[in-house]
Amino acid sequence: MKIAVLQFGGSNCDYDVQYVLTEVVGVDAELVWYKDELKGYDGVVVPGGFSYGDYLRAGAIAARAPIMNSVRKMADKGLPVVGICNGFQILVESGLLPGALMTNRYPKFRCDRVNLRVDNNTSPFTNSFKKGQVIRIPIAHMEGNYFAQEHTLSELNSQERIAFRYVDEQGNATSEANPNGSSENIAGILNEQGNILGMMPHPERASENILGSKDGKKIFDSMVEYISSF
Amino acid sequence: MKYHAEVTIGLKSGMLDPEATTIKKALEHLGFPTDSLEMQKCFVLELDASSRDEAKSRVDEMCRRLLANPVIHNFDIEIEESG
Repeated sequence: MKIAVLQFGGSNCDYDVQYVLTEVVGVDAELVWYKDELKGYDGVVVPGGFSYGDYLRAGAIAARAPIMNSVRKMADKGLPVVGICNGFQILVESGLLPGALMTNRYPKFRCDRVNLRVDNNTSPFTNSFKKGQVIRIPIAHMEGNYFAQEHTLSELNSQERIAFRYVDEQGNATSEANPNGSSENIAGILNEQGNILGMMPHPERASENILGSKDGKKIFDSMVEYISSF
Repeated sequence: MKYHAEVTIGLKSGMLDPEATTIKKALEHLGFPTDSLEMQKCFVLELDASSRDEAKSRVDEMCRRLLANPVIHNFDIEIEESG
């Protein structure tokens, strides 16, 4: 099993993700430069950072790189794809996930630990959590305000495609617990088939006890388990 | 034939723009209250096309595929012959 961690100019969480996958989770993970061929991989992580300096819109340029066509083909085969932070922005800009990520309602870069409620625990990324479980994973972003049109939001809700919501410690999706103004406190969503996850929080920064939380590791563990049974 | 195109892209009406809100407030501090303030992006480009219609449809496609995000943006295209 081999997982690809994509690298665009300006990606900066690529090495962290590779480290967590290889050293903590214990699976082969290779960095793949966006001009190189994406072949022979069983899953993809689109890591965070500031690809192309957030030119035009965060994620807009990377989303149009030809390697994203290969990501789409892998996703069409049912292989797991996860986009983290800028990776989530790239996935929505490429149309692999619906909606848009806009400037935080209070236009400030938010770097903080947040509580997330697991609202879907049936996907290849979230099936080791309990439904409604509150987990703790950090965020670090300026454009994380999830927006989607009404019909998209109701589709996401009815198809249980909202993976994570920002919540308080008790698990309530309050406006105080919403760090960026996201519609319905949305922190992460799934595609219709459930094999693409986009999330603003950084699970790779919550994968070891020394970092204060291991909740993020479960997302990678589940992904690996899903690939093993594929 | 060469064409000159100006593309203006802005957020759909009613969408929150924190940057525009901040600038509106700063103008108020300078003594310039305004009823509304919106920010737009303008792209100015020159391109070859066989007709005005072709130029317009190519720029329209550029907007849909990259320059604008149809989820959140409206865009307007002005085209004229150049040179």
